[in-house]
Amino acid sequence: MGRAVGTSVRRMDGDDKVTGAAKYVDDLSFPDMLFGATIRSTISCGEIVNTHIGLPPEFVVADHRDIPGANHVALIDPDQPCLAEGPIRHYAEPVLLVAHADRRALFGVEARIRFDYRERTPNYDPERSDTCFKQIAIDKGDLARGFGDADTVIEGEYRTGHQEQLYIEPNGVIAVPGDGQITVYGSLQCPYYVHKALVVVTGLAPARVRVVQAETGGGFGGKEEYPSMLACHAAILAIKSGRPVKMIYDRVEDLLATTKRHPSVVRHRTGVTRDGRMTAMDIDVVMDGGGYATLSAVVLSRGVIHAAGPYRCDHLRIRGRAMMTNTPPNGAFRGFGAPQTQFAIEAHIDRMAGALGLDPLRLREINALRPGDTTATGQTLGKDASALPVLREAVKRSGYKQKRRAWQGTNRGIGLSLFFHGSGFTGAGEVKLASKASLELTATGARILVASTEIGQGTRTMLAQIVADAMALPYSSIEVHAADTDAVPDSGPTVASRTCMIVGKLLERCARDLRRKLGKLTPAEYFTRHGAVVVTAQYEPPPGQVWDDQRYAGDAYGSYAWGCNVVELEVDPVTFEITPTHVTAVAEIGRAIHPVMAEGQIQGGTAQGIGYALLEEVVMRDGRMANAQLTNYIIPTPMDAPLIDVAMIERPYAHGPFGAKGVGEMPIDGPAPAVVNALRHCGFDVRAIPATPERLMAGKLKVEELAVESFS
Amino acid sequence: MIVTINGKRRRLDVAPMRRLLDVLREDCGLTGTKEGCGEGECGACTVLMDGVAVDSCLVPAAHAEGRAVVTIEGAAAAKRSARALQHAFVEHGGAQCGICTPGMIMAALPLKARSSRDQIKTALAGNLCRCTGYIAIFQSVEAALSPARKGARARRR
Repeated sequence: MGRAVGTSVRRMDGDDKVTGAAKYVDDLSFPDMLFGATIRSTISCGEIVNTHIGLPPEFVVADHRDIPGANHVALIDPDQPCLAEGPIRHYAEPVLLVAHADRRALFGVEARIRFDYRERTPNYDPERSDTCFKQIAIDKGDLARGFGDADTVIEGEYRTGHQEQLYIEPNGVIAVPGDGQITVYGSLQCPYYVHKALVVVTGLAPARVRVVQAETGGGFGGKEEYPSMLACHAAILAIKSGRPVKMIYDRVEDLLATTKRHPSVVRHRTGVTRDGRMTAMDIDVVMDGGGYATLSAVVLSRGVIHAAGPYRCDHLRIRGRAMMTNTPPNGAFRGFGAPQTQFAIEAHIDRMAGALGLDPLRLREINALRPGDTTATGQTLGKDASALPVLREAVKRSGYKQKRRAWQGTNRGIGLSLFFHGSGFTGAGEVKLASKASLELTATGARILVASTEIGQGTRTMLAQIVADAMALPYSSIEVHAADTDAVPDSGPTVASRTCMIVGKLLERCARDLRRKLGKLTPAEYFTRHGAVVVTAQYEPPPGQVWDDQRYAGDAYGSYAWGCNVVELEVDPVTFEITPTHVTAVAEIGRAIHPVMAEGQIQGGTAQGIGYALLEEVVMRDGRMANAQLTNYIIPTPMDAPLIDVAMIERPYAHGPFGAKGVGEMPIDGPAPAVVNALRHCGFDVRAIPATPERLMAGKLKVEELAVESFS
Repeated sequence: MIVTINGKRRRLDVAPMRRLLDVLREDCGLTGTKEGCGEGECGACTVLMDGVAVDSCLVPAAHAEGRAVVTIEGAAAAKRSARALQHAFVEHGGAQCGICTPGMIMAALPLKARSSRDQIKTALAGNLCRCTGYIAIFQSVEAALSPARKGARARRR
C-alpha cells in the first residue's frame, strides 16, 4: 500500500487559510460578549499591600477572591498563582482582571488601577539564586578514569539568551459560561492541559468543562502551557459576569508576560586524546527558570540528556539545575532545552578541534554515535542512528571541505553542527501520559478523533495520510474532528515532536483494527449494516524500552532524529554585520509522511535557529523585557532569510507509523552552533548568542590566538 | 464615510481615527485580515488600497474615504493572479499556520508576472512569517506568477 504516505497531498486546512475563511480565536464572537484585560504587577519582587481601583461600575473586576476553586495554574508544581494574592515574584505577574463590553474602554485601563507595594531586592542571576526548581544528575562510567586516559583537558563556558516564540497570532481565548459549566475556545496546543487547569480553578467537575481549539496561528511551544493561565483568567471573568469573555493579548503584552526559551550557561570540561578521541566529559548546565516552575523541570531534563551531543563517551558526568529568578517564567519553546545544550557542545567541539589542530569535521567523525553505541543515559542505539550519514551528506552537498580551505583567512566563513533530538516525551513520560486516539467509521470513510492540534505543522493532513494508507482508503475519505475535549480522547499534548511518531502510530493501530472489522465490506456497506463504530488505541511502550528515573539512565526516547547543518556566512569587516548566505540542512527523520510539510518544518525551524543565533535578543532591564515590540525584537524577515537547502534521509524506525520519527523540534538545534562555528572560521571567538555585531567586535581574535586560548 | 470594499460601495459611520483594520474586522465582518503586532511590523493586516499594499493597522479609517479597499475575501474577484497565488500557497507549502497568509497573498498581489526572486522579496519585505523560513512562500509566489516554470523551478531551491 502507501498511496498517501510519502506524497505531498493537498493539506486539509489549506483552502480556508488562503481565502481568509479559517476562524482564529479573535475571529469568533458570541452574543453579549465582554472583552477582558489583565492588570499586572509593575515590580519584580515584593508584595502588594494595597489596591486602589478607580473604575466605574460598568467594568467587571475580578481578583483572586473570585476564584471558585484553587488559585494555581495546574501543570507540574502548584506554585504559580492564577492571580497574585500578595507576594510578587516577577514583573507582569497577573493580579487583577477587568472586563468591559467595549474593547476600546480597556485601552489604558491599567492607569486607573494602582498597587502599593512592599518591595524586596530581586535576583536576576540564576547562578546566585537560592531556589532550585529541579536538579538532575547523569553519570556514566568512571569520570576519573576517563580524564586519566586523556592527553589534554579542554574547558569552555557557553551562554544562550532568552528567545521569544513569536507566533504571529498572539495568545487569545474566549470563555463562554453556561449553566454550571464553562467552554473555552482558544489559540492553543494542548486542549487537555487547559482542561485540567480549568477544572482546578473553576472547581467544576471535569465533565462540566470543555475546551475547543480554534484555528491556531503558530505555537512553537509558546501555546503549550501559557494558554492554561489565560483560559483560567477568561473563565474567572466569565463566571463572575455570567457573559462570554474574550481575552486577546496585544503584541506588547504577549512579549512582556508570556513564556520564553530558558537562558542557559553550560560549562564543559572534556578529556581528549591527541588523536581526537573524547575520553571524559564533565558538563554543568544551568537554566534560568524565571519566577515560577512551569515546565522548567522537563526542559532541563531534555537539555541535560542532549548535553553530550550525538557523541560517544564512556565516562561522563552531567549536572543540571533549573533556578528561580525574578523574571517572567520561561517555558516551552521548540527544542525544549536541547538547543541550549547542543549549542554548547557543538561550539565546544570546534574549539577542541582548533586546540588539537584537527578539522572540526574530523573530530566529529571520530566521536559521532554509531548504531550499537550508547548515549549519555546508556541507551543503546538502533540501526537508525544516523549521525555519520547526515554528516557525510551535508559535507558533500555543501562543498564544506573545499570552501573551508578556500575561505580560510577571509571574511567568509563556513561552519557545521551535528545534532540529534529525541522524539516523544522523555523517559517514562509516554507511559505516564497513556495517550489514547480514536477512529470513527463514517459512511464514506473514517473520522480521526484526537486532541492533537493543528498549529501549522500539518497535524490533520499527516494523520489523515497515515490512516488512509493503513485502511487502504483514499486520503480524501478521511476527516479530522476538531480538537474538542467533549468529543475527542486525550491523545496528549502537541509537543515534544510526538504527534507523528506517537499519535500517528496509535492511529495506525486504530486504522488496522478498523480495517479488520470491515473485512471485505466498504465503509458505506459496513456503516449501513452496523452503524457507526469507534475504535480506540492506547499507548504501549515498544518492547524492551526501559527507563530508570532515579538514576536517570536507560532509554530516554523511543527514537532520535538526526541532523547536520552547514552554515555559510559573510562578516562585514567594518560594521561586523553578519549575513548568512546559505544553509545546508540534512535531516534523518525515519520517514517523511508529507515531504513538502516535513521540508517546511526543517526550513522553518532552521530560520528560527538563524534568528536565535544572530538577531533575537530579549533585552532584560530590571527584570522586564525592554524591547517588547516587533520594532526592536527582531526576527528574520524575507530579506534576512538565507537560502536553505534541505535534504531528508529516511531510515525507518520500527515503532513509528510507516517508519516515521519526530521532525518538529530538531531543526532548531543546529543553526546557532553552525553560525558560531562559521564565525570561528572567520577568526571570531563567540561563545554566547545572539552573536550580535557588538559581541562579534568584542570576540575578534586572530586565528593563532584561538588555538592558544583554547588550552587551559 | 464612503469607501469601496471588495468592489462594493459602502457607507460606514465610523470614528475617523479608528484603525482601518478594526473597521474591516469589526464593522464589515471581514476577519480574514489579521492583527499580529498593531505597529506595522508584521504585515498580517495587509490589504490593498487603490491597488497598493498597506498595513491596515496603521491606516486611520478616514484615510480610506473615497478609496477602493481589497481584502483577502475579495482578492479573487479583484485580481486574476489571486486564485493562482492561493492555489500555489497550498500546493508549495507557503501556508502553514496560516495567520500571515492573507497578508502575504495581499502583499504579493501587485507583483507582475514573472517577477524575479529579488522583486518578490522586496514586495514581501514588510510581512513576517514564523513558520516557513520564507522559502516555500517565495516558491509559492514564483509558481503562481510563472506557471511555465512551476514544476522544474519551484521544487528545488
